[in-house]
This record gives sequence, structure tokens and C-alpha cells, in this order.
Amino acid sequence: MKSSDRSLLAGREYVGVDKIDGPLVYVRKTHPVGYQELVEVVDKTGHVRLGQVLDTSEDAVVVQVFEGTTELTMPTTRVRFRGEPLSLEVSEGMLGRVFNGLGVPIDDGPAPVGEEERDVNGLPVNPTARLYPRDFIQTGISVIDGMNTLIRGQKLPIFSGNGLPHNELAAQITRQAKIRGGESNFAVVFAAMGVKHDVARYFIDSFESSGVLENVALFLSLADDPSIERLITPRSALTLAEYLAFDKGMHVLVILTDMANYCESLREISTLRGEIPSRKGYPGYLYSDLAEIYERSGMIEGRSGSITQLPILTMPNDDISHPIPDLTGYITEGQIVFEREMNGRNIYPPVAGLPSLSRLMKDGIGGDMTREDHPHLASQLFAAYSYVKDVRNLASVIGEEELTPLDHKYMEFGEAFERQFVSQAVDEDRTIEETLNLGWEVLRKLPAEELHRVTDEELEKYYEG
Amino acid sequence: MSERVVGTVQRVNGPVIEARDISDAMMMELIHVGDVGLVGEIIKLSGTNATIQVYESTTGIAPGDPIYGSGMPLSVELGPGLMGQIYDGIQRPLVRLKDRSGAFIERGEEEPALQREKKWPFVPELEAGVQVKGGQILGSVQESERVQHRICVPPLLSGTLKSLAPEGEYTVTDEIAVVEDAEGNEHKLTMMQRWPIRNPRPTAQRMPLTTPLITGQRVIDTLFPLSKGGTVAIPGGFGTGKTMTQHAIAKWCDADIIVYIGCGERGNEMTDVLTEFPELVDPRTGTSLMERTILIANTSNMPVSAREASIYTGVTLAEYYRDQGYHVAIMADSTSRWAEALRELSGRMEEMPAEEGFPAYLPTRVAEFYERAGIMNTLSDREGSVSIIGAVSPPGGDFSEPVTQHTKRFVRCFWALDRQLANARHYPAIGWLDSYSEYINDIIGYWTQQVGEQWAEDRREIMDLLQREVRLQQVVKLVGPDALPDSQRFVIEVCSLFKNGFLQQNAFDDVDRYSTVMKQARMLELILTYWRKGRDAIKQGATIVRLRKMKVVQDLIKMKFNIENDDEASFDKLQARLERSFDRLESLYEE
Ligand SMILES: Nc1ncnc2c1ncn2[C@@H]1O[C@H](COP(=O)(O)OP(=O)(O)OP(=O)(O)O)[C@@H](O)[C@H]1O
Ligand SMILES: [Mg+2]
Repeated sequence: MKSSDRSLLAGREYVGVDKIDGPLVYVRKTHPVGYQELVEVVDKTGHVRLGQVLDTSEDAVVVQVFEGTTELTMPTTRVRFRGEPLSLEVSEGMLGRVFNGLGVPIDDGPAPVGEEERDVNGLPVNPTARLYPRDFIQTGISVIDGMNTLIRGQKLPIFSGNGLPHNELAAQITRQAKIRGGESNFAVVFAAMGVKHDVARYFIDSFESSGVLENVALFLSLADDPSIERLITPRSALTLAEYLAFDKGMHVLVILTDMANYCESLREISTLRGEIPSRKGYPGYLYSDLAEIYERSGMIEGRSGSITQLPILTMPNDDISHPIPDLTGYITEGQIVFEREMNGRNIYPPVAGLPSLSRLMKDGIGGDMTREDHPHLASQLFAAYSYVKDVRNLASVIGEEELTPLDHKYMEFGEAFERQFVSQAVDEDRTIEETLNLGWEVLRKLPAEELHRVTDEELEKYYEG
Repeated sequence: MSERVVGTVQRVNGPVIEARDISDAMMMELIHVGDVGLVGEIIKLSGTNATIQVYESTTGIAPGDPIYGSGMPLSVELGPGLMGQIYDGIQRPLVRLKDRSGAFIERGEEEPALQREKKWPFVPELEAGVQVKGGQILGSVQESERVQHRICVPPLLSGTLKSLAPEGEYTVTDEIAVVEDAEGNEHKLTMMQRWPIRNPRPTAQRMPLTTPLITGQRVIDTLFPLSKGGTVAIPGGFGTGKTMTQHAIAKWCDADIIVYIGCGERGNEMTDVLTEFPELVDPRTGTSLMERTILIANTSNMPVSAREASIYTGVTLAEYYRDQGYHVAIMADSTSRWAEALRELSGRMEEMPAEEGFPAYLPTRVAEFYERAGIMNTLSDREGSVSIIGAVSPPGGDFSEPVTQHTKRFVRCFWALDRQLANARHYPAIGWLDSYSEYINDIIGYWTQQVGEQWAEDRREIMDLLQREVRLQQVVKLVGPDALPDSQRFVIEVCSLFKNGFLQQNAFDDVDRYSTVMKQARMLELILTYWRKGRDAIKQGATIVRLRKMKVVQDLIKMKFNIENDDEASFDKLQARLERSFDRLESLYEE
């Protein structure tokens, strides 16, 4: 059948479905329905729930219903296939507003006037059209700016754990982030998946108190919303982000929290469909699915905006090798890893020095971007701190008294590094110069011969000076 | 797209389509689905049903949609114009797609891989009337400043050369020769050929691997060398340096041609290559690095079945240049994403899984891929090679998983990336305990010839010291370093110097980013001189503190940054200074 003929059938309604299983609805003997087509499922009260085709054949169509299937009955449920993919009407007017995961306003305001309709799945960016991100974002947080620099257009997740201050850090970054000497045409798109109301409240209050709320669009699919809606939430959010960044030239910061909840919903669907799991019950396509989300960031040549992603995920059992953080790390451009032990010692932000990484840092720091000593200084801090970890292990075996004088110096350096350099207040906004100078200050705990990663000139200028 | 309907869609499940009413379609035939014309391939035939793997997003495809046949298997176009290009997994030219439809990749786009309008200067090398056989060189084209493209008779054809075009400018579709085969059929040849990506191209003979692929990376060339035509796996958890290592090799290795396959990885990494390579100059030829590079980019957000194909597309292009007598190196980043694509497709086809959901044929596919490497006597009687450098991304960084394990069976060199080293920012994070190279004995001859007999001995000795150091470190962990005698602490000291001053190599430093064979050998020699003389000095009563405080040690640590690749004189000077320092030290003790 020609697709033009098919569009005539779009919208035709079927009364009664053949099977309901969790969020999935099965409809038999339909007209030819397209893969991933948008579906309207109407319950007996006349309320319309949106869904999407997961599998289509001549015998049956499988639909996943984003608003859940609670209270649907087999004979009374009506199903309409829309003949087009799930889309979102986007506009600048969506800033300052609150939506559910599908982009329906839930803040009592009028429906925003859409400027354009976009498929929420987006399209892959042609790699030759990307612009390599290089602009340094000053977050005012030393351990990020100094050692895991955030770059405009980067996707840099926070790997956290339950009860750790990832929301505080994300909010602080949002408040303080600036481009040096840069313009202010910015927006925040915030997507909440399965988090509690108070978390959403915390972010809203934080945006409000820093006066940016009218530049923020929120997509909320909270803990008590149907879990399946979370699968669309980040896609809706990124569809708007792409519009704002690449059509309206805005610099968009996208916060996605909590990606672990997103992955769990994906697992739920996969299990229901009886798919062969890979690790820990997660589907084999978890990597590709996450990539479809995370890769919707960056910069595009000829367009002035950018999308910077700050996904937050709580690592189940604080285990970084769990499939969710693991596959995320394989896709994103680095990660900020939290350490419970540092949090216990009251170090905020509790960023683990060694496993954290920013891959785009190399092209965004140094000479005219931050300061010429930055690359070597960062590398030296990593190297020295890594040795501190060895010395601490040794000390725990043989006792601190038995350490060599040099190792004692490393112990002191480790303390200073964590207490002075990493640690800072939730409202403390340090300039990059302050951060770098602080880095040298803690390095002065070590003798110059130990500093192999910096040049003699740098030693002279910053270490002795 | 042809109008020959070969079947009808029955079911759509992600990239896998079940079709009915199959007429004369063949196995592995390239097909198009629906009015949008999505590219796909027939992967299973059974009665009048077929299973099809589609290389683009199947959104909107519905039962009843037509399937069009093409009459040929999924193939690549081979000919002048490949060099410097960037293609997706099924060889669509990404730059021209962008020029046509913008920054995002739409579906159902078709664009020939080789530009049809461009004219190339062809220079014939034969006369009409001679007998030719498959693979024989007919003439050549200067494809880029760096690469002379040799136009060969298609591998499976032989006969009489009835005509050959005179020197001149031709497009890739202009006829340049006619060959009459034994049956008297005439074959019109152009500069372009097609080859099905899943079939290895024939060669005359495999040859022994005796020459290293010099990568300029010291830990590789000196400790775990790869030979031209060899295979190596780079396994490592996320962020341990697989991509950086592959980029470094793609930039500085002494292959003639690089095929870089971004298989299911980040878009920005391809952009990085695209922006950086044209700016970098190949130290051996003085031409831009892009002049010898072909990129295949099927990033993680691009369709998963094209990711499966990208590996074969890449290796087929490599074989094509090998057949012209070139040494080609392939980087595949990451073969795990390719294996996962296999797994996803297999799952959608509801096949019985083996380990961790991977299909039972995974090891066969891995083996087939790596078997396409080798140094060959080509059909045109030249020497050419394909070396394969495959990244592996084990879940959780755990090397016991199926892809790492099966890959290990079929490669002869293993560069194990170590999380601890990466965390300490010791780059390249290639661990010296878990890595190995089975090529070492084959290529010692090359090193001996280049830098002398001493090298093999030096290498053996440093490997030995690294092993001893591990055992000593275990003792230190229990009782602290003070418990060891100075002679043993000195082993630790020398290894630390070797790690800092030799193994660590900064990819971003203009001097350090690659080292020539000479520089590597001299650095190794200097560090071992320090070891041998220091060891003797300790025997005569020198203390470890003294040895550590020698000023020249700082020079040894920083020689990688301070001495340029060809600066033998500076190495001589440093050697002399080192010896003088020891002389002074000895005289102190003799008094
Ligand atoms: N040789 C090197 N020199 C300097 N930095 C390096 C080197 N190797 C790796 N790095 C650092 O480590 C980071 C991660 O390296 P890379 O991107 O190669 O990891 P990967 O193993 O490919 O990770 P993934 O599996 O997630 O793709 C780089 O961004 C860079 O900061
Ligand atoms: Mg990589």
C-alpha cells in the first residue's frame, strides 16, 4: 500500500483491544500501522492517553501507553493510530513553563502557541556538521573548573548515590555557570524522571531565587507519574532544547535527573516483551537507547547555540560498574563521580579525584582560554593525588609513623587538596584564577623535584612566586 | 532505486523486518523498503518469507509496504575519490549528504560514494593487446598529494586487453579499458569497481610478518610491538584511552593509508578527527594527514544495523588499497559496539542466545574479521598489508566478558588498558603486566638492523625489571619501603623513572606526541645506563638517596620533552653527562 493511501486510514478508530499487559496494549487486525506511530488510547471516560507503536505486523500491533494502562478495560478502550510519529509543538514561549513528560502544560497556564512541530525522537546529527566544542564554562567550582573542566556543548553526567548532594551541585552549576566575557542568551531545560516532588521543588526554588525561572522549561514526570512516561520525558526535553539551541541560537543547559529511573522503565518494557536481556536484566540496546539521548548535545556549524547536558544518575549500590553508569560513561564526554566517603567527611562537593574526568577539557583550557599553566597543573594535581591514595593505603598497613618524610609530605598535600582545593561552600563562586592559584598553593606542600608534570618555567612563576 | 518489487513487509520490529511473498530475491541482496526507500539487506530466506536488516530508522514503515530488489549484494564503490572522505556505515558520503540536506541525517537519502562528475588524470601503464589477469595494474591516478591510486583489473577477471584509454582526464564512470575473457565476452572497465563488503578480496599469498608497524608510541613500539599485517585488541573500560591511543596511531604510524572506523562511538570524536587531521602534517611525507585517511563514521546514535556493516565497509576499503601495494592500518573503535549490534539484531530475530545474549556465531564473526588482516603478496605481485587495531569496550571494564575473550583468541597482540593507570593520568594507560605481543620475535631483526644489537637486550632487561618491581611493591605494601635494602629500592626507583620518563607519553605535547625508533632506543639505553651504573655504585657503597638526588635524573625524566626526534647530538651529550655524573660519584666513594 502506498503511504499516501495509508494516511487516509490514519485516525481510524478501533473499539476494544485484545490484551493489556502492564503498559502494553495489543490490538489485532488493524489497517497497516507504521512502526513507532503515535497512538491515542481513549479510556471509557473519554480521556486520551498517548502511546507509541513498538511492534507492528499484519496480525497485531503492540502499543506502549505512556500514561499507563490503569483502569483500561479490553472492550471499551478505543484506539486511534495517528499515522505520524510522536511529536512536540515547540516554541520559545515554553520557557518559564511546566510540562508533563509528553509536553502537556501542567502549570494551569494556557497552552503555549507552538511555532513548529518536531518528532520527539529527533534525527542523528551528521558528524561532519558538528562543531567541536571548545568554550570554557566557568562554574566557580574548583574541582570542576580546575580538574574536570566543563565545556559548552559537552555532555558531562554526575554519577552520584542516594543521599549525596548531586542536586545541590547541579543547582550550583546552573546558578554560577558563565562564559568569560560571554553573552547571556541562555536557557535551561530541566527534565525530571521518577524523582520526588521535593526534588523538583528544590530546583524550582533554586531557579526562582537566582531569578532565572523565566528562562527555564520544566518537564516533570515525577515518582508518582506512570513510569512509562519517563521514556519520553528526556526526548521531549531535548526536542525543545534542540529547537532553542539550533533554531533560536540559545545556549541551553539540559539537566536530566535521574537517568537511573529512565533506565529502569526501559528494563520494565523490555522484560514485559520477553526480550533477551544482557546484563542485570537490562536490554541489549540500552547503550544505543542512551546514546540517542546523550548524543543530542553539542554544537552545529553555522548555528550559534549549543546544548550542554548535565545528566544526573544515582549509581545503584554506589557501583560504578553497574550497567547504567557504565554505559553512560561509554557515551558521555567524561563524568563527575561522587564519593560517599568524602561526603561522610563533610567535603562538599564530594567529587572523587581520580575517577572523574572531562574529555573535552584538553581543547578548552590553557593559554588564551584559561591560563597557560592550567593543563600541566591539572595533570600534576591528578598525579600527586593518585600517589596520596597509595600512601594512605600504605599508612593504614604500616602506620603513619613509619612513612618516609616524603610520604608524610604527600599526606599533608592530600589533606590540603581535599580541604582547601576541593572543598568549598554551596554559594562560593571562585574565579578560574583563584582556582588555579589554590592549586599551586596546595602543591607547595610537596618539594619541587616531585613535580614532574610541570615545566621549570611554571615552577618558577607559580610555585616559587 | 529499482522498481523490481521482490516482496512485501509483514512485520516491523526495530531494524528487523519480516517480509512475505518473496519472489526472486537472493540472500544478502541489497534492497529498499517502502516509498522512502530505506536501505536494507536480506539476511534470511525461508520459503516465501525473508528477514531483512534495515540500515535506517524504520519509523513509519508498515505491513504491506513494498520491498524493492537491487539484484546485487551490499557492496562498496572502489576507485579514485575515496581518500580524505568520510562515509557512514554503508558508504554514504556524509559531507555531500550534509551539503544536500543539512545538519541532520534524513532517511532514504541516496548519494553515490564516489563523485560522478569529477575528472581524474589517468596514466595507462599497459598496451592494448596484452594478456591481463585479475588484480593487474592497468594504470594510475594521482588521487591525493600523498596517494597514487593504482587502477587494477577486477580480481575475478582475466583475458585479453582489447583497449586501454590513453593518458587523459576521466570520470569514474567513463570506460577506460575493455577486457575479453576466455569465453569471448567483452567486459567494459571503468576506474570504479564494486565489491561485496562481506567477502574478503582475493590475494596471491600470505607472507610472514617481519616488519613492525611503527606507531611512535613508546610503550607500544618498545614493549608490545605490532607488526605490519598484524592484529591487536585494545580493551579498556570507559575513559581509559582507547580512542586517544587509536587517534595517536592514526596520526603517527608509518602505514601508507589509514582507515578509521568510528563504530557506535561519539559524534564529537569524528569531528575531532575531521578538524585536526587536515591541519597535521605527516612527518614522513610532509603532506596533510587527511591525505592518507578515510573515515567511516557510524556514531552511536546512528542506526544500529549500519553499525554492524561499518566494520566490513572499512575493511573492504582497506583491502582495496592493500591490493594496490599499500600498507594499510585499520582502527576500529569500538568492536564491542559492532558485537552489540549483532546481538541486537540477533535478539530481534529471536535467535537462541549464547553468552550474555550474544549470538552463538559471535566468535566466528570476530575471527572472520581479524582474518582479513595480513601481509600479502597481491594479485599484482606487490607487497601490501592490512593491520587491524580493534578497540574493545568491556562492560564494567571486566575482561572476562565474551567480546574480549573471543577477540583474545584471534589476535596476537593485546594492549590492556589499566583503570588504575588511567585514573592516575598515566597515559597511554597500557598496562605492562597484562599486555603482550606475540610479534616480538618476528620483528627483533628489524630493530637490530635499525639501532643495533643492544636493543633486544635492553628491552629484555627492562621487562625483567618491571616484573621484579611488582614483587617488590608487594613487599612495600606490607612493610613500607624502608625495609628493603637500597639495591632493591633502586629497582623501584628505576622503574618509576622508566614509567615517568619513558612509558608515559603526552599526546598533546608537540615533541612528545611521537618518538622515532632512534629516539626510543636512545631513551631506553640511557635509562638502562642509569640502572647499570647505579646498581654498581650501590654495590660500592653509594646510597639510594645519593642516586636519586643526582641532577642528571631530572634530565632523564624530561628528555622526552626536551630532546627532539632526530637530535642524536643531544642524546650523546646526555649520555656523556650521565657517565660523568657517575664518575664523580665513584670518585667520592673511592676516596
Ligand atoms: N595518550 C593520552 N594522552 C593524554 N591524555 C589521554 C591519553 N589517553 C587518554 N587520555 C585522556 O583520557 C580521556 C579518555 O580517553 P579516551 O577517550 O581515549 O577513552 P576511551 O577508552 O576511548 O573511552 P570510551 O570507551 O568511553 O570511548 C581523554 O579524553 C584524555 O583526557
Ligand atoms: Mg573511546
